Amino acid sequence: MNFRMIGRIISFILIVEAVFMIPALLLCAFSGQTASSTAFLISIIIIMAAAFLLWVLTRKAQKGFYSRDGLVCVGLSWIVMSLFGALPFFISKEIPSYIDALFEIASGFSTTGASILNDVEALTRGMLLWRSTSHWLGGMGVLVFLLALVPISGRNDGFTMHLLRAESPGPDVGKLVPRMKQTATILYGMYILLTILDFLFLVIGGLPVFDSVCIAIGTAGTGGFGVLNSSIGGYSPYVQNVCTVFMFLFGVNFTCYYLLLCGKIKNVLKDEELHWYVGIAFCSIAAITITLLLNNTYSTFNETLRHSAFQVGSLLSSTGFATTDFDLWPSFAKAILFSLMFIGASAGSTGGGFKIGRALLIAKILRRNVRQVLYPNKVQVIRMNGRVVDENILRNTNAYLCAYVIIILASFLLVSLDGFSTTTNLTAVVSCFNNMGPGLESIGPTLNYSGYGVFSKIVLVFDMLAGRLEIFPILVLMSRSAWKRR
Amino acid sequence: MKIIIAGYGKVGSALTRQLSAEGYDLTVIDSKQEKLESGQGLYDIMCVHGNCATMDVLMEAGVEDADLLIAATSMDEINLLCCLTAHSINKSIHTIARIRTPEYSKQIVMMRDSLGLSMLVNPEKQAAQEIDRLLKYPGFLKRENFAHGRVEIAELRVMPDSPLNNISLTQLGGVAKCKILVCSVLRNGKAITPKGEFTLKEGDRLFVTATTNELALFLKNLGIVTHKVKRVIICGGGRITYYLAQMLEKSGMKIQIVERDAEKCIKLAELLPYANVINADASDLIFWEGERLTSNDAVVAMTGLDELNMVIALFVRSCGVDQIITKLSRTESSAILESLSFGSVICPKELCSNTIVGYVRGMKNQTGSSIAVHRLADGKSEASEFHVSKETLNCGIPLKKIKLKKNVLIASILHLSQIIIPNGDSCFYPGDTIIVVSDSDELITCINDIFE
Repeated sequence: MNFRMIGRIISFILIVEAVFMIPALLLCAFSGQTASSTAFLISIIIIMAAAFLLWVLTRKAQKGFYSRDGLVCVGLSWIVMSLFGALPFFISKEIPSYIDALFEIASGFSTTGASILNDVEALTRGMLLWRSTSHWLGGMGVLVFLLALVPISGRNDGFTMHLLRAESPGPDVGKLVPRMKQTATILYGMYILLTILDFLFLVIGGLPVFDSVCIAIGTAGTGGFGVLNSSIGGYSPYVQNVCTVFMFLFGVNFTCYYLLLCGKIKNVLKDEELHWYVGIAFCSIAAITITLLLNNTYSTFNETLRHSAFQVGSLLSSTGFATTDFDLWPSFAKAILFSLMFIGASAGSTGGGFKIGRALLIAKILRRNVRQVLYPNKVQVIRMNGRVVDENILRNTNAYLCAYVIIILASFLLVSLDGFSTTTNLTAVVSCFNNMGPGLESIGPTLNYSGYGVFSKIVLVFDMLAGRLEIFPILVLMSRSAWKRR
Repeated sequence: MKIIIAGYGKVGSALTRQLSAEGYDLTVIDSKQEKLESGQGLYDIMCVHGNCATMDVLMEAGVEDADLLIAATSMDEINLLCCLTAHSINKSIHTIARIRTPEYSKQIVMMRDSLGLSMLVNPEKQAAQEIDRLLKYPGFLKRENFAHGRVEIAELRVMPDSPLNNISLTQLGGVAKCKILVCSVLRNGKAITPKGEFTLKEGDRLFVTATTNELALFLKNLGIVTHKVKRVIICGGGRITYYLAQMLEKSGMKIQIVERDAEKCIKLAELLPYANVINADASDLIFWEGERLTSNDAVVAMTGLDELNMVIALFVRSCGVDQIITKLSRTESSAILESLSFGSVICPKELCSNTIVGYVRGMKNQTGSSIAVHRLADGKSEASEFHVSKETLNCGIPLKKIKLKKNVLIASILHLSQIIIPNGDSCFYPGDTIIVVSDSDELITCINDIFE
C-alpha cells in the first residue's frame, strides 16, 4: 500500500475542504455572528495545519498506485474529511456532541440529508451554508474535484482512473474524454451549470438568495438538508415544482448530459437506464396520485400531483427533501416510496441508492439464469445499451448485491438495540445506506435521528459513507491486509 | 492533439507510454479487455474494446475528430483495413500502419501512396538495419544517426584496460586525438550529463558524438581494434533474420543461420540461397563447440526468447567473440542486465516507437519541434534533432553565455553543411540544425524548452 501517496492526496483534500469552508466563514463574519465565525476560523486553521503536516510528512511520496490503493485512498479521505468537517459544529457548540456533529457532516458529505437537529432554524446561517456546501462537494465527489484542479502528469498517471472508479457511483465507470483532468473538468462544469440554473429558477420564484443557494446546492448533490424545519413544505408551489424537476435532473447519469452537449441525442434516447428511470418515475407518480386521490388525502388534483411528484423525485433521486409528511399517507403509497429508496438514482449521477443500472443488470442476470434452466445449452450474453457486458462486471454486481444486503441486515440488527419500532429501524438503515434522509414513523420527514444512541449513530455514519462510496472503499479499510505496507 | 492507437501490444504499449507522457490525448483500441485494463491502470488514456477495423469501434474511439491513427495490431491486413476505414470516415486524419510481413515489404511504397497512408513502419526491418549498421562499423555498442547520417552518437563501454580509464573529460582530447564530445554517461544505472572535471571509470557506458570519420579515428586512437566481421552467426530464423541476411549478403559477409524448427529452416533456405541455414538448437553447447568461434566472428542472438538470447550472448562472450548483438523484446528489465556485458542490445519495439514518436512530434508542426528523437542509455536520456529558426531564442550567442536547463547539452551543430562539435565559444544561427541530449525526465519537445 502506498501510504505516502495516499497521505499526500488526503492533504490536498483537506485543503479543498478548508477552502470550501471560507464562504460560510465570510457569511458569519459579515452577519456579525462572532461565535460561529471564530469556530470556522479555528476549524480552517486546524485543517490547514493537519494538511500541512501531512504534506510535509509525505514529501518523498512515490507514484505507484494500484486499484487497491485507490479504494483505500478514497475510503480514508472521506472518513478524514468527515472527521474534520464536523469541527465547526462542535467548536461553536451549536451541536454540542461531537458524534452528533460527525453524524450531521457525514450525512452532508454522503448527500444523505439525515439530521439529528430538532430545530434546524436555530442554527446560524453560516452553519446551514456549510451543511449544504458539504452536499455539493459530496455529490460529485471531492476527489473528482481534485482531479480537475491538480495537474497530473508524468509516469504512472493512470492511477487517477482508480480514484475515479472508487469514488464515482455505478457498475462500470469510464472516462468521457482521454484525459482525466478534462473528464473531471467537464463533469464539474456540467454540475456547476445545472446548479446555477437551479439557483436562478429558485430566485426568480421569489425565494430569498440565501435559501436559494442552500436549496440549489442541496438539490445538486441530491443531499436533502433544508434551511427550514418544514424542509421544502413552507415554500410556494412554484419552488416545489422547480425542486421536483431539478431533483429528477440530478438523478440522471451525467454522461447523458455530456452526450447531449456533443449533439449525440440518439445515444441518449437509446439509453436503457434512462428509459427505466423515467418509466419508474412516471409509474410511481401515477400510482401514488391515484392512491392519494382515492384516499382523499389532499383537496385538489393539482396539489395531489405536486406532492406525489415531489416525493417520488425526492426519494428516487435519493435527495430526501419533503413537502409533506408522507408518513401519514396510505400504506400502499408508503410502500412505493420505500421501494424507491432501494432503487435509487442512475449510475454516474450524484444520487445514491442501489442504482437503476445495477438493478437492471441484476434483473438480466436473473433472467439469464432462469433461461439457463429451460435451455441448458443456450449460450447467453448480457447486453446493456446494445453492448455486451463483461463477465467481470456482472460478477462485481452480484458481489455488490450480497454486500448490500448483508450490510443492511447487520446494521438493522445493531440499530435495533436502541428500542425503536421495526419499521423505524429498518427505514433508518435503508434511508442512510441509500443516502436518502427521511424514513418512516419515528424518523419520518418531520422528525429526525436525534433519538438514536451514540453507537447507533456511528453505525449509521458508517452506512452513509459506505452507501455513498458504494461499499467497497469503506469495506476494504476493515481488511487487515489493507493496512500492511506490502 | 488526439491520437488513436489500435492494438495494445508491444509497440502499442511502448507508444502509449511515450505519447501519454508527452501530453497527447490518447485513445487505445484492443480486442482484449484484460490488456486494456492494465493499460488504463498505468496511463491517463481512454480505452475502447473491440475490433479496430470496424466503423463502430473507430467511431466510438472518436475517429471523426482525431488527428492521427496508429495501427499496430499483430495483423498487417487489419492494420491496413483499420487505416482505410478511418480514412474514409475522416479525410484529414493521418494514418500510420505497421506492416511486418516480409512478402509485403516490396510493395510498401505502393501501398502507402495508393492507400493514402502517411507512414508505414516495419519494426523488424528497422531492427535489421540497425544490426547491419553495427556489424559494418564494429567497436561500438550502439550508433544513432542524425542530420541525414552525418552526425552520430555512439555508445561504448570503458573496459578495465582502456586508455580512457581514470581520465577526466578535459584530458580526453589529448588521449583521443580527435574532436569528440561525451554527451552522456551511464553509471550504476543512472544517466549523468558530464562536466569537464568528470572522471571516467571502468564500467561506464559513454555516449559520444562526432562525425562518422572522427568516430573511426577515435576507435583507432583508443586501440579498440576494429577488424572487419567476416562471419556472422544468426541464432533464430525470424523476420529480422530474413531482412538482415539480405543486407549482410550485400556487404560480403558469410552468414550462418541457426534455427531449431526444421520447416522454418527449409523456408529460409528457399528464400536465402546464399545463406548457410543450419537446423540446430542454439542453446545446445555441442553445437557451439563445433563452430570454433574466433574474434573475427559476430553472433546475433535473435531467438524468440529473451532469456535464451541472454544466455547465448553470455556463453559466446566467454568463447572470445567481440561482436555480440542481443535482441530483447522487453527492455523493462534492462537495469538488471547492466551488470552483465552482453555487447549491443537491440529492441525492435523501441526503435519502431521512436520513429513514430518522431513523426508525431513533427506533426505538431510547431516551429521548433524536434525532427528526430533517439533514446540513449536505456531510455534514460534522449537525443533530439532540432531546426533552429528565427523564433529560437539565443541565436548567435556563444554557448558559454547561454543558460541551459540542468542535464541538457548541445551535442553538435550543423552549420552551413559543416558539423561543429561545440565548445563554449560556438554558437548557432537560424537555418542550423542542432542535436540536443537531455535527461528523459525533462520533457523537451520544442527547441526553446532547452533554455532555462
